[in-house]
Amino acid sequence: MGEFDKICKKIKKLSPNIEISEEKGCIVLRGQVDDWKTAVKAGQLAVNKKKYLGVINDIKLKGFVPSPESMLPEDSSLDGQRPDVLVIGGGITGCAAARELSRYKLDVLVCEKGADVASGASKANGGVVHVGINFSASSQKHHYNLIGNQMYEELSRKLDVPFERKGQVMLCCKKWERIPVWFLAHFGEKKGIHGTRYMKREELLEHEPNVPEFIDGGMFMPIGGITSPYEMTIALAENAASNGVRFSFETKVQSMEVRTEADGTAHIISVKTNRGTLYPKLVINAAGVHADEIADMAGDRTFTIHPRRGTDIITDKKAGYMVKTSMAKAPFAVAPYEKEKLKGKAFTTLRLLINAFNGSNHTKGVGVIHSIHGNMLIGPNAVETPDREDTATYRDEVDAIIRMQQHLAPGLEFRDVIAYFTGVRAPTYEEDFVVRKGIFTDNILEAAGIQSPGVTAAPAIAVELAKWAAEYLEKTEHVEANENFNEERKAPPRLREMSQEERDRLIKENSDYGVIVCRCEEISKGEIIDVLNSPLHVPTVDGIKRRLRPGMGRCQGGFCMPLVMNIIAEHEGIPLSDVKKAGSGSVITYGFTKGGPEDAVAAAAGDAGKEAADE
Amino acid sequence: MNKDMNFDVTVIGGGPAGLAAALEAHKEGGRVLLIEREDRLGGILKQCIHDGFGLVRYEEKLTGPEYAQRFIDEFEAADIESMLTTFVTDIKKNDVDFTIRAVCSSGVKTINTGVIIFATGCRERTARQVFIHGTRPAGIFTAGTAQHLINIQGQLPTRRCVILGSGDIGLIMARRLTLEGAEVEGVYEIQPEPSGLARNVQQCLIDYDIPLHLSHTVTRVFGRDRVEAVEICRVDENRNPMPETARKVECDGLILSVGLIPENELAESVGVTVNKATGCPTCGENQMTDVPGVFACGNALRVFDLVDYVSASGEAAGRSAMEYLKEVRANG
Repeated sequence: MGEFDKICKKIKKLSPNIEISEEKGCIVLRGQVDDWKTAVKAGQLAVNKKKYLGVINDIKLKGFVPSPESMLPEDSSLDGQRPDVLVIGGGITGCAAARELSRYKLDVLVCEKGADVASGASKANGGVVHVGINFSASSQKHHYNLIGNQMYEELSRKLDVPFERKGQVMLCCKKWERIPVWFLAHFGEKKGIHGTRYMKREELLEHEPNVPEFIDGGMFMPIGGITSPYEMTIALAENAASNGVRFSFETKVQSMEVRTEADGTAHIISVKTNRGTLYPKLVINAAGVHADEIADMAGDRTFTIHPRRGTDIITDKKAGYMVKTSMAKAPFAVAPYEKEKLKGKAFTTLRLLINAFNGSNHTKGVGVIHSIHGNMLIGPNAVETPDREDTATYRDEVDAIIRMQQHLAPGLEFRDVIAYFTGVRAPTYEEDFVVRKGIFTDNILEAAGIQSPGVTAAPAIAVELAKWAAEYLEKTEHVEANENFNEERKAPPRLREMSQEERDRLIKENSDYGVIVCRCEEISKGEIIDVLNSPLHVPTVDGIKRRLRPGMGRCQGGFCMPLVMNIIAEHEGIPLSDVKKAGSGSVITYGFTKGGPEDAVAAAAGDAGKEAADE
Repeated sequence: MNKDMNFDVTVIGGGPAGLAAALEAHKEGGRVLLIEREDRLGGILKQCIHDGFGLVRYEEKLTGPEYAQRFIDEFEAADIESMLTTFVTDIKKNDVDFTIRAVCSSGVKTINTGVIIFATGCRERTARQVFIHGTRPAGIFTAGTAQHLINIQGQLPTRRCVILGSGDIGLIMARRLTLEGAEVEGVYEIQPEPSGLARNVQQCLIDYDIPLHLSHTVTRVFGRDRVEAVEICRVDENRNPMPETARKVECDGLILSVGLIPENELAESVGVTVNKATGCPTCGENQMTDVPGVFACGNALRVFDLVDYVSASGEAAGRSAMEYLKEVRANG
């Protein structure tokens, strides 16, 4: 039986309603199913990396209605523009690529449908700079993760973003688990991941003093680190912006005009957005959960994004002591509280063990992370969803995550939780990145399927994309280096982290630094104004929150939100009711209450009218 | 302002508790400093423009600002030192006294003080702390934030809302929003009885025909940019939502009045033991915490339902602080 027939047989067994075909080197699935699990399972069964470029899974879910998207403005601010490179998507990949491209004298435009960079998965993840011990050596994930991981120190320094390399721990419960750890460490070493080793309980306690009793030790991976994913994305974007890259927010690509050349190659002529039609020379697809839609518009689709929700939970900083690195239970480790679950299933442990080695354990289990800001971050879970924009949280899931992690962090209580959020991962069915030049279309570069470890890999992927972009453009014109390129970006001063003397000196220079607006995170008016003056202008409450953290503390903005609104309104010269949470539709207030200036004007006009009538 | 920055008593927080504590300590002969984060004294009373304050103390019905003004006038007449727009960043406990570091618009200040009185008030529990799920659009406010937007900024935060929780601020806001022309679809309370004062239930809800739904809670928020609807559920006797009772209410706002937590992070940083469940500091009868020389009063001590009692607790802390100081100095 041929490979295609094998796939057909497996999928037909799953559901007779699915049509299977081979098109342009891909396996294509069509049809309609009653539950999403079947659609996902079919996509997974269709994977054959050796024979096919990828899986195009267009199976529809019966009765599915996606979440409404944000309201977007319609204008012509981009109409007729001809950028050299159009980057679609302002997540960490798009922003890193834009920054790398700004090393050249090119007109680079980033279009992002959110109201800020890092509006999707880049803001809603744990910020782990991954080790990648379980990625297959031949995967793109392994390749870019390892390079990206090694870039983080220098990049974080240049961009003034916090980064800590405290290591990552996979916790083990039984002595025998040291054996698979030894193998993982050994294979890791061969793949270029150095320093991984088993740490017995006593030594582990030096790194993680609060691990529970049943922990025998753990696989300690010193190259693991923690960043702040949205701050890194913002820093990359700000640096790109100060090197000449343009950003257009609330800008969504709606369609593309593609011409097919005589030799069959497709070529993107124009890109239509809600802000007009653009004529880019080259397109970079970094559209996250929408990357397959963009690739489809360009005629270059060989993959399918199947959205996978992940919810993370953040605790008060007071609970942050419970974890120092980022730790999760090893996938093959069986804790005492799980024994019941495995009873009578002799092969489960074995299966878990195999998964740990063959890279099929693609979404790492829930773990606990010491965030770069000192909170404890718990999560994420992994739930397949047909809805690309489903960032809602659900009670049962949040409860389950907390209950599960109470085993690893026994001091954790529900009342420690200050926030939780959901991000939607963008995996392909091959569960690998799709970083490549266009196959069917000459002027597109794909950076798709970027889920975990995307934050780690993004800087490395960006270098590759920029190199390919320059090579492509070089075919028709000379691409010059940008002699004004400045690879460094200075974060606005964070006064809380300064010495008293330095802080005092800065306040004496600018008294706004002495006016504290956010009491939980100790942020001053001056720092907020600095952010409003930064090269990437995002004058919204969420924009300020992500750059400085007011509203991320324990009061969650209860005290500071109206004050932040005031500062934005004053600085931008706009009415308070025009200050938004994020996008155009996220109205915070509906204008003045009764008797406000508008009523006063109306009343005055009324009085004047009456007087005129009296005369 | 005194250049030497040495005080007997430093009161942190210039709301009703802090004002009362500073005045009382001053009357007892202490050299007092009051530190306030905002640019005006009065604390949360500034935005409480409804009446009903002072019934116990003055046998008068005052508004929040009127009540506060009586103390502010007395405070100013007494010529007690104060630092406004000043934020305490850290406190160090020395052998016999404390060193306070504070940030204000003229720089970083160092203050030495014999005793400290925390009058730091409380903060509101948030949507996430009561585990509200769904999306996170604009339009979710704590009652205090909504009150600030309306009464201080003159802005209307919602046109049609649901209020979760029948705490006093929630009840007051139901009336306030109605007066401003917004529609309050209903007030929902997870407990089987209202948590605010009976007089507020009568004057703010019943008098305005605003329905109060007991044993109900909000389980989910809908809307991408701005709140579009919320899901309401009845709860069983263990306060668990019953999914079969779920119904969707269209609205553009969700106002939360789901409890107050004493704000004691600063006190905790000096070593005061704070009850994890209630947020209250461990205090003796004289309102001294388990760190000698550190006192607490007002809503930072425990959440009071009437400001009159907040003031009384401030006065008690002011007196105790001076008694303690005199005793220590007599023995030292």
